[in-house]
Amino acid sequence: MASNDAAAQVKNGTGFRAWLNQRLPVDKFVSEQLLEYYAPKNFNIWYFFGSLALLVLVMQLVSGIFLTMFYKVGDTTAFDSVEFIMREVHFGWLIRYLHAIGASAFFVVVYLHMYRAMMYGSYKAPRELLWLFGMFIYLALMAEAFMGYVLPWGNMSYWAATVIINLFSTIPVIGPGLVEWIRGDYGVADATLNRFFSLHVVAIPLVLLLLVALHLVALRQVGSNNPDGIEIKENKGSDGKPVDGIPFHPYYTVKDIVGVGFFLTLFAVVVFFVPTFGNLFLEEANFEPANPLSTPDPIAPSWYFTPYYAILRAVPNQRVGALLLLIAVLAFFFLPWLDRSPVKSIRYRGWWFKLFLAEFTVSFLALMYLGLKPATGGYVIAARVFSIGYFAFFGGMYWYSKWDRVKPVPQRVRFHD
Amino acid sequence: MADQDAVDLDRRKFLTVATGATAAVGAAFAATPFVASWSLSERAHAFGAPITVDLSKLELGMMLTYVWRKQPIYIFRRTPETVAKLAAHDSQLKDPKSTESDQPTYAVNEMRARRADVAVLIATCTHLGCLPKQRFESGDVELGADWPGGFRCPCHGSRFDLAGRVFNGSPASVNLRVPPYSFQNDNTLIIGLDDATTQGAA
Repeated sequence: MASNDAAAQVKNGTGFRAWLNQRLPVDKFVSEQLLEYYAPKNFNIWYFFGSLALLVLVMQLVSGIFLTMFYKVGDTTAFDSVEFIMREVHFGWLIRYLHAIGASAFFVVVYLHMYRAMMYGSYKAPRELLWLFGMFIYLALMAEAFMGYVLPWGNMSYWAATVIINLFSTIPVIGPGLVEWIRGDYGVADATLNRFFSLHVVAIPLVLLLLVALHLVALRQVGSNNPDGIEIKENKGSDGKPVDGIPFHPYYTVKDIVGVGFFLTLFAVVVFFVPTFGNLFLEEANFEPANPLSTPDPIAPSWYFTPYYAILRAVPNQRVGALLLLIAVLAFFFLPWLDRSPVKSIRYRGWWFKLFLAEFTVSFLALMYLGLKPATGGYVIAARVFSIGYFAFFGGMYWYSKWDRVKPVPQRVRFHD
Repeated sequence: MADQDAVDLDRRKFLTVATGATAAVGAAFAATPFVASWSLSERAHAFGAPITVDLSKLELGMMLTYVWRKQPIYIFRRTPETVAKLAAHDSQLKDPKSTESDQPTYAVNEMRARRADVAVLIATCTHLGCLPKQRFESGDVELGADWPGGFRCPCHGSRFDLAGRVFNGSPASVNLRVPPYSFQNDNTLIIGLDDATTQGAA
């Protein structure tokens, strides 16, 4: 086999390549991770979002490093330094927009990536840990996005920090002390901004990189799922390769580059022509400096948090509201154990699952919309209805996934689209 | 040692556990300064000292906003009519007697104040800390004909009356907090001090 020849060449060979490989397993890594890593051949458009998330991560790291060169942390300097970046640093506006809009792009691709996993049952055995690492990435990303949002020290930054940190005050007994400890002052202040800066640029990126590495190692261990939810490793040809698999390189590297091209085109259109995206990606109230004596009216969090925000507001009791918000986020972690269906993919599931997934999709999007609206009258009633819809998907799954009349899963993958 | 290849498993286990436990204790001690660094700095404490407010220019129905310990404090003078009406809407309140709410003992009354005419409230919504907006006009167009006047939070819609008591149907569960305060004399308010008379003498 080719790899054995290569191994012998590395061991006995001469020249720079052999010298290098005797000291660092470059060829071994490339062959194991790319050339001889077999991925299912039936990936569809939903399989672009993993590599796109990686692309956005790199983009955020690079643009973030450059923003840090010009940004001045501190309650009297932060806002001015962001204006300085926007007006006086060469291409500062572009670097900042790439970073700020990159945050929204991150959530777009991550939400679609998660939705793909929910449609095709990618969280089910043997990929539970892969899913959990992904969920921890999602949590770290939420923390990273929230703290990054505070750094410009605009008025929305200030009040977002106030509201989110106060969520911890609903914890019985230790709540009030914990809130003061997080802020480092009697209110959100310079101390809070400084620690958020440190966490945003050092601590959480390190955690994110570690989690992404674990996510990828776990993926390589179990292999990718696919739109048919069939384990391609269970059907190998005489050469020992999965009959429904193709080498990751060149097939999927090239395919992913096409996805990157489409994504960057759309991303550039937003960055250059609609950077605020109708007050969704950059909010008007944040073009004013932080003012502890004036809460922006109306106040709404970034669009990617609004489903949870709508759930929080739907409850007329603060402790219960905060608890439901927490459950709404953590519910995703339990999907591998809530789902008792014998099949993975939506293609072979019965109408119970399809009905609940459709209902969840509508609820999630509706809550996202309602979280941007004021908490009055009909909006609150609607948020309550859709919150029930949101939780019904998770709460009922243990049963409806079992009741479902599933279709037989074929031996080989199929191309539907 | 007689046999240098012999392994004393009990000894090995004891040493492993003892070393691990010592390291864990050390790690806990080492974490202490880092965790403690996040608590209020001495400077933050010092800036949290009591503040003095001159009430002589505060007219009936008017409100002053001061900042004490980074928190906005609303100070307003209630008219005798307002005071008389406060008890009328007790049935619409979550905690009309302030039994569940956070305030000094001298503010556990209908007025939630030392003096009926001067209200002193911490203006951070007890829901999640936004700044409730002044809606003093009764029968406010947006808040309904039976609105007795008070505050409404722009974040999540909590409503409070002119004693900072929360209305039913608000996401906030308890009344606006009252800071410790006292009067040095009729027109001098000290926020952050329960008893100004002893402090004033010193």
